[in-house]
Amino acid sequence: MTQATEVLFPTSADEAVAQFGDGSGVTVVGGGTIVMPEITYGRLAPTKALVLSRAGLDTLDVSGATVTLGAGLPVARLAELAQDVKALAQCALNVADYEIRLQATVGGNLCAGEGQDAPRGDLQGPLLALDAQARSVGADGASTEPLEEFLGRRAGRLLLDVTFEKPAASAFAAIDYAHTHEYTVLAVSGVRTASGETRLAATGLAGFGTRLRSAEAAASDPERAGAAAVADVSLGDDALASAWYRERTLPVLVRRVLGELEESA
Amino acid sequence: MNLTVNGRTHDVESGPLATLLDVLREELGVTSPKAGCEQGGCGACTVIVDGEPQRACLTPVGALDGASVTTVEGLGAPESLSPLQQAFTHHYAAQCGFCTSGMMIAADAYLKRGGTDDREAIQEALAGHVCRCTGYVKIIDAVAAVARGDSFDLTVTAASAGMTNLGGDV
Repeated sequence: MTQATEVLFPTSADEAVAQFGDGSGVTVVGGGTIVMPEITYGRLAPTKALVLSRAGLDTLDVSGATVTLGAGLPVARLAELAQDVKALAQCALNVADYEIRLQATVGGNLCAGEGQDAPRGDLQGPLLALDAQARSVGADGASTEPLEEFLGRRAGRLLLDVTFEKPAASAFAAIDYAHTHEYTVLAVSGVRTASGETRLAATGLAGFGTRLRSAEAAASDPERAGAAAVADVSLGDDALASAWYRERTLPVLVRRVLGELEESA
Repeated sequence: MNLTVNGRTHDVESGPLATLLDVLREELGVTSPKAGCEQGGCGACTVIVDGEPQRACLTPVGALDGASVTTVEGLGAPESLSPLQQAFTHHYAAQCGFCTSGMMIAADAYLKRGGTDDREAIQEALAGHVCRCTGYVKIIDAVAAVARGDSFDLTVTAASAGMTNLGGDV
């Protein structure tokens, strides 16, 4: 199987884009934390693999208030944003363990398909709340669009980077197990912008991360916002928790995040 | 492609999507990294790649052309064990031994980045490593001892040195 696979190691972002082409039949390997077990266990047999480890996409650029994260940036490096974007740094620290955070990439975390046994894509939460813009290429060419739209059509696209503005305040709250190698059961991220807008998003849902717009509309009343959040999401049962449990804990996390945002203001 | 493992450079013949774990164990005969879960969750395959700990089971070897890999064999030699290896021996920090090399590699990386004997910090550093014998207390004891700069008498274990007579014939 491995011998028949065309494996490409682009050495620049431009080369990665050229080799990705229209994305047809291409398996993108970021840090390998998700793709490699699929190959090892025979669930995936790539015909063409694009390994991004040398593509120069592991960048973290801060220019004034604008932050750009390359798709190949290791999750561990988000700790560098602890002062400016606390929710994103906290969320990153909540991903798996030290070694996995060194290997896993922002792009892999955002682009991986939904997990069968546990939710994936922790970083979707804070980056949705930050209203990040995703720059990607695919069969219809290059595009820059809100992360929310990108997530809905990410299959078959190569993510290059995500960009957002530093918030005035941000907060993160999660329900997870006290276990060595944990997946996040449910998490809520919140952002307060310089203009006073509050944005909320959740992960640990059925499907990918979701903006909590009903909760945002009621953000001045945390109790009401927490209750409203349930209407914004689709909850499922999986190996970690039931939809019943998630429905009861989501309002708690929303209240915690709004409370922390209020304290930070 | 080539790979330097514990100071010795090898030409690698496996395909670029072969895992580093398979290359180490099957092609190069370096067997301290263990094939546990092979999906990144157990930590038993952890090795140091260019100074940072990585899961060998998650790493396509083609991404490592020219890299330097250290396994637990590279931490010391039987006649000159590293302080961490001495500590694991003295503190009896291995039972079945399956997790031990991954634990040692993670602990070595923790100590090299300035880790202290704070037990919570050690737990966090070893959080990706599962010991199915549940021997965590002695593993943490061993790492903390190295962080403190303890020296180790390998003719006795810490347990036997500290054993007290509980009132009967023991």
